[in-house]
Amino acid sequence: MRLLPKKTNIDFLRYGKLCVGLSIALLLGCIVALVLRGLNFGLDFTGGTLIEARYSHAVEIPQVREALREAGFGDAQTQYFGSAAEVLIRVPPREGVNTAEISTRVLEALRSGTGNADAEIRKIEFVGPQVGNELVQDGALAALIATLGILVYVAFRFEWRLAVGAIAATVHDVVFCIGVFALWRIEFDLTTLAAVLAVIGYSVNDTVVVFDRIRENFRNRAFSKATTKEVINASINETLARTIMTSMTTLLAVIVLLGWGGPAIHTFSLTMVIGVVVGTYSSIYIASATPYFLGLKREDLLPRAKEDLDHIP
Amino acid sequence: MLNRYPWWKYAIIAVATLIGIVYALPNVYGEDPAVQVSPTRSAAVDQALYRRVAERISQDGISPKTIELGAGQLLVRLKDTDDQLKVADSLEQALGRDYSVALNLAPSTPAWLRALNAHPMFLGLDLRGGVHFLMEVDMKAVVKQAEERYVEDIRALLRNEKVRYVSVGRNPGGGVRVSFREAADRDQALGLIRDKLTTLQVGDAGASALDLVLTIGEPELRERRTFALQQNITTLRNRVNALGVAEPVIQQQGESRIVVQLPGIQDTARAKEILGATATLEFRLVDSSGDINAALQGQVPINAKLYKGRDGRPYLLDRRVILTGDSITDASSGIEQQSGSPAVYITLDGKGAKRMEDGTKDNIGKLMATVFIETRTETRTVDGQPQKVTTTTEEVINAATIRDRLGARFQITGIDSPQEARNLALLLRAGALSAPIQIVEERTVGPSAGKENIEQGFDSALVGFLIVAAFMIISYRLCGVVAVIALAANVVLIIAILSLFQATLTLPGIAGIVLTMGMAVDANVLIYERMREEIDLGLTPQAAIKAGFDRAFATIVDANFTHLIAGVALLLLGSGPVRGFAVTLIIGILTSQFTAVMVSRGVINLIYGGRKVERLSV
Repeated sequence: MRLLPKKTNIDFLRYGKLCVGLSIALLLGCIVALVLRGLNFGLDFTGGTLIEARYSHAVEIPQVREALREAGFGDAQTQYFGSAAEVLIRVPPREGVNTAEISTRVLEALRSGTGNADAEIRKIEFVGPQVGNELVQDGALAALIATLGILVYVAFRFEWRLAVGAIAATVHDVVFCIGVFALWRIEFDLTTLAAVLAVIGYSVNDTVVVFDRIRENFRNRAFSKATTKEVINASINETLARTIMTSMTTLLAVIVLLGWGGPAIHTFSLTMVIGVVVGTYSSIYIASATPYFLGLKREDLLPRAKEDLDHIP
Repeated sequence: MLNRYPWWKYAIIAVATLIGIVYALPNVYGEDPAVQVSPTRSAAVDQALYRRVAERISQDGISPKTIELGAGQLLVRLKDTDDQLKVADSLEQALGRDYSVALNLAPSTPAWLRALNAHPMFLGLDLRGGVHFLMEVDMKAVVKQAEERYVEDIRALLRNEKVRYVSVGRNPGGGVRVSFREAADRDQALGLIRDKLTTLQVGDAGASALDLVLTIGEPELRERRTFALQQNITTLRNRVNALGVAEPVIQQQGESRIVVQLPGIQDTARAKEILGATATLEFRLVDSSGDINAALQGQVPINAKLYKGRDGRPYLLDRRVILTGDSITDASSGIEQQSGSPAVYITLDGKGAKRMEDGTKDNIGKLMATVFIETRTETRTVDGQPQKVTTTTEEVINAATIRDRLGARFQITGIDSPQEARNLALLLRAGALSAPIQIVEERTVGPSAGKENIEQGFDSALVGFLIVAAFMIISYRLCGVVAVIALAANVVLIIAILSLFQATLTLPGIAGIVLTMGMAVDANVLIYERMREEIDLGLTPQAAIKAGFDRAFATIVDANFTHLIAGVALLLLGSGPVRGFAVTLIIGILTSQFTAVMVSRGVINLIYGGRKVERLSV
C-alpha cells in the first residue's frame, strides 16, 4: 500500500522563502518564550532532593505539607503524582547541611507525621549542586560535539552549503523543542537532554537522505538541463515517500513509548514525538532550502577528480 | 544468475543469527530466588561450608533446588521467596559474622548456556530497584592532613636539632610556613629540611624574609589523593559486605569520586548509616594477671575489661589505652626478615611515637592487643517510635608480644598468614585515616517501582515491535514481511550484544531499543522505495531488486553514520541512565546496518532470486 501517489511533483522551494520566514518567526517566538519563562530545569541540573512515595491509601496534601514543615522542610514542594496515594516531594538544595540526610529525614516525616507508617519509597533522587553544574556542562558539550561532528561529516561527504543546511535544520529542531519546553514548562533534565540529542540524530538522518538524492540527481544526465531549483525539488519529491514512511514508523515507536513507557520516560517520549514531527518538516523545507538560498550550483556537487565514479551511469 | 548470494554470505547470516540467538537466549529463562553466602573476612568457602549449609537447610525441612559452590561464594537456589527468606534467616543465625548472607535473584540459565559464557542482560538499578550513591572524597582534607603531618615532623626535627623558631603552621595559601627570628636559624633549618624531609619543596614566602614556606610536591599530593581514594573504596567494600548485598558495585569514578550501587536494597537509611560508619583502633596491654575464666563468669578485675576476639576467643585487657588509631599514618604488610613470618609494619606520627614509647618501655615481654572499634548510628523502631541507636562493635583483631621498646615505626608479628597480615594492614589503614567522604548524588528506586519500570519497558518494546511490523507489512506486503524478519534479527542481535558485554540495561536503554525499531526499518524503507521507483521506470523485478539495494546502500551508510555521531556524543554525555540510552542506540545502528541490508537481501534473494518473477510484492 502506498501512502502517497506514485509520483508527486510539489514545488517545495516555491514555499521555501515562506517556510524559512515562518520558521524564523517561530524560532524567535521560541526564544522569546525561553527568555520570558525560562526553562523548568529538573533536579539533575538544579541539585536538590526529589522523593516519590506511595501510601497504601489516599493522603491529604496539606497534611503531608504540615508534616514536612514540622520536620523543617517548609520550602518543600508537594504534589500528587499519579494518584491520591502517591506524592512527589521536591526539596531545594541547601548549603551546609549533610545533604544526603535530607531524604532520610523527609521519609521519617512522611511516615510519622501523617500517621501512615506504611509509606513506601518509590524513588529518591538527590543531586548535589556541584554534580548538577557538571551535568549542565557535560550536556552542553555533548550537544556541541554532536552538532560540530555532523557539520564536519556533511561538509566532508557533500559540500559546505549542504552542511550549513543540515545544521540549520538541526538547530531549528533543537530551538523549537526547547521553546516548547519553556512554553509548556516541561521539566528539562538529563533524560530530556538525551531526547534532544536523539532528535538531532533523527533530524540529520532524515536530512542526509535528501542530500544524497540531490547529489545523485545533479550527477544524473537526465537532469543535465535542469536548474538547481528543479533538481532540488525533484530530489525532495523522489524521497518524499521515504521521508513520510520513516517518520511514520519512528513516530509510531515514540508514541508507543509515550503510551506504554510509564512516567519515568514520559518527557523523553514527548520530546521525541515533537522532535520527529518538526524534524520531518525541517528536513523537507529547511535543510534543502538553505543551500539553495546560499547559491548551491551543479558544479559544487560534481565528482572531484576520480571520486565516486561509480555514481555516473 | 541475478540476486543469488554465494553460499558464504548465507553462512555469515546463519552463523551471526545463530550466535545472536544463543547469547540472547539466557534472557528468556527466569530467575530463581536464591540466597548467597559470601565470606566477610578470610573465612573459607569450601566443601565444609557446603556441608554446613546443606545440613542446616535440610534440618529446617526445606529442599533447595541446588546448592552451588562457586568462586568465593555459595549460592542456594530455592523454589519460592518464602523458602528464600526462611533459609536466609536460618543461615544468618548459623553462620554468624564470618559470612554475609544476601538475598539474590539468580538467573536460571541452563548449564550448557553458562558453559558458553552466555548470561542474561545486566539490569540497571531503575529496572530492579536499588540504591546508587556517588560519593566524593574530601581531597582538601587529604591535603590538610598531609600538611599537618609535616608541621608535626618539622617541629620535631627543629626541636631535636635545637634550631630556634618562632612558629610552625599550615600556610593559608598552601604548604607549611615556618617563621624564624634570625636568618642564620632559617638557613640552618632549610639545610636540615632539605636533608631530612626531601619530599618538601621550598616555595615563595612572600614579603617576610625570615619565613620559610615549604610545599608538598604535586607527585606526592597525587599519590596521597590516590591512596585516600583507594582506602575509602576498601573501607566501603568492607561495609557493603556487612550489608549483605548480592551484587554490589563499588568503583572509582574520576579522580575523587566513588560509585556505590546496591541492587535490591530497600532500606536506604540503613545503607547510608552503615556506609557512614566510623572505625578506629586502640592498642591495649593484655591483662595477664587477671583470671579469664573468672572474668567470663562476670568477675572482671577493676582495672581490666573483657573483650571478644575476632576468632571468638575472650581477652582480658588493661583499661588504659596505650594509643588510639588516630596516630597511625601508615600500615603495610610484609614478611619479617629474621623469622620469615608474616608481619604488619606500622608508622606513627610524632605524638603517637612518644606515647607508644612511654607505654611499651616498661612492658617488654608482655602481650599487646590491637582492638578494632566500629561505631555506627542506626535508626531503629523501638515501641513504634524511631530512635537513633548507636552500636559500637569492639573486637580484638590481634595480640602479640612486645619484643622491644616501640617507636615511630614498629611491627606486629604473630599473625597466622600473609593473607591475614594484608587484611590487618588494610583494617589499620582503613580504620585510622580515611579522608572524609560525602554523598554527592543519590538515586534510589524502590523495588515496586523497579518492577513496574521493567514491565512498562517490556510492554512498550513489544507493542512498538508489533505496530512497526504491522505498518511495514501493510505498506510493503511480502517485502514488508522480510523487513520484519530483519527487524526481529536486529532486536535479537541487540539483546545478544548487550548480554555478551554485560552492558547495563536501563529504562532509557529500552527506550533506545524501541526508537531503534522505528528507525532501523528506515534502511528497508529506502531500499523498497528505491525498488518501486526502479519498477516505475520500467526495470524488471530482478533488476529492480538489485538496483534498489545497490543504490540505497550509500544513502543508508551516510544516514547511519550521521546518526552514529549523535549517538557517540550522547555516550560522551555519559551519565547514568542516559548512557544506557546511548549504548542501545549505538548498538542498534550498527546491527541494523547488518540486518537491514544483508539479512533482508539474503531473505529476498531466497524468495525471488534466480527465477523468473512477474511481479514484486513491494
